[in-house]
Amino acid sequence: MLRFISGRLLKAVVILICITVLNFFLIHAAPGDPASVMAGEAGDADPAFLQQLRERFGLDQPLYVQLWIYVSSVVKLDLGYSYRQQLPVLQLIGERLPATLLLSLSAFVISLGLGVTAGAFASARQGKWADTIISLVALIFYATPLFWLALMGVLLFSVQLGWLPGFGYETVGANYTGLSRSLDILLHLILPAMTLGLFFMAVYARMTRAAMLEVGQLDFVKTAKAKGLRPGIIQRRHVLRNALLPVVTLAGLQAGQLVGGAVLIETVFAWPGIGRLMFDALSQRDYNLLLGVFVVSAAMVLFFNLITDVLYRLVDPRIRVAS
Amino acid sequence: MKDFWKRFSQNRGAVIGLVILLLVVVLSIVAPFIFTKSPWAMVQRPFIPPFTMDAFVLGTDPMGRDLAAGLAHGARVSLLVGLVSTVVSLLIGIPIGAIAGYFGGWVDDVLMRFTEFFQSVPSFALAVVLVAIFQPSITSIIISIAVVSWPPVARLLRGEVMSLRSREFVEAAVLSGQTHATIIWRQILPNTLSPIIVLASMMVAAAILIESSLSFLGLGDRNIMSWGYIIGAGRTVIRQAWWVSFFPGLAILLTVLALNLVGEGLNDALNPRLARKGK
Repeated sequence: MLRFISGRLLKAVVILICITVLNFFLIHAAPGDPASVMAGEAGDADPAFLQQLRERFGLDQPLYVQLWIYVSSVVKLDLGYSYRQQLPVLQLIGERLPATLLLSLSAFVISLGLGVTAGAFASARQGKWADTIISLVALIFYATPLFWLALMGVLLFSVQLGWLPGFGYETVGANYTGLSRSLDILLHLILPAMTLGLFFMAVYARMTRAAMLEVGQLDFVKTAKAKGLRPGIIQRRHVLRNALLPVVTLAGLQAGQLVGGAVLIETVFAWPGIGRLMFDALSQRDYNLLLGVFVVSAAMVLFFNLITDVLYRLVDPRIRVAS
Repeated sequence: MKDFWKRFSQNRGAVIGLVILLLVVVLSIVAPFIFTKSPWAMVQRPFIPPFTMDAFVLGTDPMGRDLAAGLAHGARVSLLVGLVSTVVSLLIGIPIGAIAGYFGGWVDDVLMRFTEFFQSVPSFALAVVLVAIFQPSITSIIISIAVVSWPPVARLLRGEVMSLRSREFVEAAVLSGQTHATIIWRQILPNTLSPIIVLASMMVAAAILIESSLSFLGLGDRNIMSWGYIIGAGRTVIRQAWWVSFFPGLAILLTVLALNLVGEGLNDALNPRLARKGK
């Protein structure tokens, strides 16, 4: 197991370095002088600052030297400086990361929990009206643009009904502390987390339903039925457990999608995470910050994938034996 | 072909999807003839609610532009970007998957590591970065969507080709002295067509979602009216004018839903054995 984890860890590091190299070439591929791209001032940056950037990143040296300087500084966790925000990129990201983690993990738990439950429920009532409705709703959410769903959520629950706050991380100026502050954040979390989770909830529901119907036709389920086990127990203990394997694979895939979704959702809800930071970097043409957020979010996804890989091995004994 | 239609039309959802899709296609074709003015033109006072004026059924946006005209012109962009970016992803994914599956060995290893790399990068974030760096334009949007969408094609093709590779008719072709290129092009690829068509229809749907998300973030082509752009522009006035964001979103939802339904119908019609198993 330890060898497996260290192998995967090595792979993740290699991919991360490849992403850094990709970043480097993106800076060079962008129209204009790389120094001015990094400065993010659309050509209006201070000449002294540009010269400083050129020296620091060796932009007057051959390309491979530049690549070496860039990659080694990223490896040393130096993501550069955001000229726009007057702060190091890593510090900016570090300040915003907890909010994004809170949002993504909540969305993940919501989508997995509700999705698997709905899928299992639908498969147990195959062909009945409950199945039809769940399948239809899943089909619709699967086709809904996230940012639009978020806006409609704000419109309905915040503007029309006034039940939930429609933007921000906590009530500005309320200065809550302790438990009331946590409750306040929780209240602000509901809408963004629900909308971010709904797309994957639909994916999980469809996947769980299909997998459970497939597993339900296998011989060991017939044996269980013949033994006289109650249908509920067969569904939960035998069918669902086996149907969960493809769901775990999906969970790894979701990590990558959550990052993209976070950009959209955090933009709509003014949620102070790295997705919103990416949007700000976009609108201010702060390319260094943009690429920094990209590297960090890629690292986050790789980390989540590593965890699902390990979980997959723990859940499925067949893989453990096979390798 | 008759058999194909019979199986396709047995799936009620697929038929509904096809009807919706055809409507969107027709809308995108007739848009310039019905709405002859530019969708960017200010035609009335801003903030006219929908269904209050016959000339502007869906009302106007904060700039006094006709929302219905924007929707109709946006249909073409969505379909075009969805279609072209899917074709480009197929052009990247099919050769990579086919070569990896056909030759195996180190070629397969190298190509699959390459594919894996693109799969482990967060795709939407990469698309955002690409469009931002290369400046938003219809070309950069299409290429960025293709760059993040091809890995599933390559993986699908690789699997299909690997299983076809060991079949008798391929061995016969090898023995008859055909070149690798001829065997892949003439013998193997035609047999992978049905799963590619099914995957492609779903990819068009996904591409439309990505395009609208990019335009929503302000990364759309500045010269082209698109659904995502209208929603993005309506975001700040959502409290005063819900309709500006509501209708384009509904249009995206219906189009994507239609494509997914058609994809399922194609799956039933083209892979009858597989489809039965799933039911």
